[in-house]
This record gives sequence, C-alpha cells and structure tokens, in this order.
Amino acid sequence: MGDEAAARDTVEAVWRTESGRLVAGLARVTRDVGLAEELAQDALVVALEQWPRTGVPPNPAGWLMTTAKNRAIDVARRRGTYQRKLEEIGRDQETFAYGAGDDLEDALDDDIGDDLLRLIFTACHPVLSVESRVALTLRCLGGLSTREIARALLVPEASAGQRISRAKKTLADKGVGFAMPDVAERAARLGSVLEVVYLIFNEGYAAQAGDDWVRPALCQEALRLARLLASLVPDDPEVHGFVALLELQASRLPARTASDGSPVLLLDQDRGRWDGTLLRRGLEALARAEELASAPGPDAPALGVYAIQAEIAACHARAATAEDTDWRRIAALYVLLRHAWPSPVVELNRAVAVGFAEGPERGLAVVEAIAGTPSLASYPQLPAVRADLLARLGRTDEAREAYEQAAALSGNGRERGVYAAKAAALAD
Amino acid sequence: MRYLVLLDGTAPEGPPPPGLMEAIAALGAEATTSGALLDNAGLAPSAFGARVDLTGGEISITDGPFTEAKELISYALYDVGTKEEAVEWARRFLELHQELWPAWEGSARVVKIFGPEDFANLP
Repeated sequence: MGDEAAARDTVEAVWRTESGRLVAGLARVTRDVGLAEELAQDALVVALEQWPRTGVPPNPAGWLMTTAKNRAIDVARRRGTYQRKLEEIGRDQETFAYGAGDDLEDALDDDIGDDLLRLIFTACHPVLSVESRVALTLRCLGGLSTREIARALLVPEASAGQRISRAKKTLADKGVGFAMPDVAERAARLGSVLEVVYLIFNEGYAAQAGDDWVRPALCQEALRLARLLASLVPDDPEVHGFVALLELQASRLPARTASDGSPVLLLDQDRGRWDGTLLRRGLEALARAEELASAPGPDAPALGVYAIQAEIAACHARAATAEDTDWRRIAALYVLLRHAWPSPVVELNRAVAVGFAEGPERGLAVVEAIAGTPSLASYPQLPAVRADLLARLGRTDEAREAYEQAAALSGNGRERGVYAAKAAALAD
Repeated sequence: MRYLVLLDGTAPEGPPPPGLMEAIAALGAEATTSGALLDNAGLAPSAFGARVDLTGGEISITDGPFTEAKELISYALYDVGTKEEAVEWARRFLELHQELWPAWEGSARVVKIFGPEDFANLP
C-alpha cells in the first residue's frame, strides 16, 4: 500500500479513536459544541491534506488539538464578538503549544473525562429530537462522517446533514452550552443518553447480511460508547446494567443468522456460536451493577429497566442449552421489569416465560389478558407468541392462523418468512 | 471487530526506565476507558512455559526456555471498527518505547480474530 493511502488510513483511525476527546476538549474552551465540532472537522481536513505528504506526526492527537485551537483563534478573531473566547483560548494557547508534549497530554487528560461526559450529555440533550441526538452523537463521539451516518441510519445524506446542523442550531438557540446536568436532573439526562446509545445499538442489531458494513458496525460503536459511559459514571448500577445488556445481546450476534441469511430465534440458536468474551464481560458488568445496588443503606441506587433486562439476558447466557433455561427466574424478572416499565410488550414477553415455566395454558392466559391492547394491534409478536403456545397445546388450526396473522403484520421480509414457514409446518 | 496484538521483543540489559511502565499503564487505561481494549496481560518468559509439537506424526513436549525465537512479552485484545485503529493503538504502544526506552527493539503483531463479519457471506 502506498504511503499516502496508509497515511490517510491512519488519519481516519486516529480520528475515530480521538475525535470524541478532541471535540470535548474544544467544547470546554469554546463552550459551544457546534463550534467545537466544526473546528475539529477543520483540523481533520488539514490532517487529510498534510499527513499523506509530510507523514504522520509523532503525537497525532496533540497535533489535531493544536491545529483546531489555532483555527479557533482565527475564527474568533474574524468573528470579533467572541473576544472573551479569544482571551480564554489565548491563555490556553501557551499551555497547548504544539511540541509541549507532556503538558498537552496532561492538560487533555486532566479534565477529559468530565469533558467527554459533558459532551455526551450535550449531544443527547432532551431539547433535541431523538433523530438529532443519534446523528449528533454519532458525529461528535463516533467521528462518523455525514455520509457514514446517512448510510448507517438508511437516510439520504442531505437528511443526515440537516439533522446535524439543526441539532447544533437548536443547542445554540436554546443556550444549552456545555455543562454537567444538576444532580436533580442527572438521572433523567442519563436516561436520555442510554436511550440514544440503545437506539444506535438496535440499528446495528437490525442490520441484515449484505447491508452496508457501516450498519452492523453500529453495534460495536454503541458498545464502545456504553463502555466509555461505564468508565465515566462508575457508580451508577443502571449504567453497568446497560453495558451488561449490550455485551450480552452482542454476544449472540454470531448465532442469529442462518447460512441462508434468515434470522434464527434465540431458542433455536447454536449456543456454541455465542461469543464467550462478550458473554463473560456482560456477566461481569451485571455483577458490578448488582454490587452497587446492594450497597447498605436506604440511598443505594436501584437496578433500573436496563439492568433488569440484562438480568433476563443473563439467564439465557447461563443456560448451556435452551432446555436448561431458568424460566421461573425470567418470569419473575419480567414482573419486576413491568413495575419499572409498565408496557404490554413486557407482559407479552412474560407470557413466553410463563408458558415455559408453568405450561402453555398459563402462558396463554397472560397473552389473552393483553390481546385487546390497542398499541399491540399491529404488533406481529403478539399473534406469534399466541401461535407458539396454541401449537404446544395441540390447537393446531388456531396456531396456524395465528402464525399467518403474524406474517401478515410483519414489516420485515425475513421475519415474515420465519412466521410463514411455521404456519406451513403446521399445515401438514 | 477484534484484534489480538502480540508483542515480542529483545530487552536491552537492565530494567526498563522509570516512567515507561507508568506510561504503558496510562495508555492501557485510556484504551480501556474508551471501550477499545478488552483485555491485556504480560506474558512470562518462555522459561516458565513449554511447547507441544507434532512433527512427522510424533508428539513431543519441550520445556522452556526457547532461545531461538524472540520472547513474547504481552498480549492485548482490542475491539475496534477497523484494522487501522488496532494498528494505531499498537503504534502508540511502540512509540512509548521509542520515546522512553530507545534501545528496546521488538514487534507488535496485529492479528485479526474471526468474527461474525467474516462469516456473513459464506455459503
């Protein structure tokens, strides 16, 4: 490979690794995430121009930061109105001169944890629409280009670009700035962050074989962000529960697609393909969550919806075969989950667990109790769960009809195929 | 996608200079915090290990030390988006040695671990 191409690859590798810290450090100085992101982009452009010619500098992250700050000074001078920012940057400029080596590293490291956390909170600010939060997070923390974000989210490039610029404008208009949320709102703000990262993970999880590689890579991106969050907020059991959930779900990725590309349901998966490293990490993260939640005293933080879902995922992870699954425990965990998250979908999942723990008759009773819920009217999993329970009760004709209903409701070609096949199998 | 980075090398006489171990630990902490480094550990000299070979249909077991090959020093397991990111982490690691222990020489082998992305298009 030519040196130029290699240098370009290195720029991109450094960018993906460092862009979050870069934007965070710049946001601390400029107090403006939108401006920080633009300055970081400007530095990237310069790096892409220069490094293929001059070679990769010894401290690439420091080079990017210094270049961005120099650019910040140019911008501030031209804008004139940012006199105060210019003075701040001017003061920092002495500390962050290129070649200051250790000083630069220290200054970057001192507050970088806090700055990264502020950046995450800001990119996921509830004042932004969910799509904007996802796009801005992928941009500022993932270092994805607009084009990559568009391909990842299956939207036109123009739409992706608009989401990002609108997000920056909204943050500026609403005076969001760059601050850590108050203690009082921290739980809610953290919830918003977890919601965004989980959406990113699910986009990746939904990716099919043959999709653009950027899509399944979203799982890795979300996992990385979740792990980062756990290191920045180590005292919150819900964050560790969240990491656990993602690691455990990701551990099943190698097993969930058959060789013909069709989806394989969890209970049918070859568990030998489950990734042992991710599985182990997931169980360890869950243990940390449990330990934090078990702290003595009335103020110990609680296990939330993600941690409970991770507990359920852990039950599957611990079962060597589908037959070994502790369904009683799973059913009980769904009761807990329902308290924290009173959704009919949770109840539907509980029906599956009850069906295994106490028999299909009992499971069916749980399903029938929610069958009329309006929000489930076009939810294919409802008839699918009914179908499975009916089939196990020998009510074959009703089961077949229910699978056909599920296939009709499914918006996903592959999923539809699975349900149609199950219906056909019952016709024999 | 996951990469295993295996470090081997020839240590010059004497202990590593102070600061190198701290710098290595700090780089490891940075990589772990960012979610890229999953696992790493030092590997003991071959004197503490053994080798099991199958040649010409015969199995033989030999205790270390093995002087013919460079000593393995450490392994690191990375979870990254591209090969270049794994290479960059390995490069930064060697760069610490270059700065702080210039007499040291060695190699970091960046080995891809098969993952779901490799099996996606297999029949």
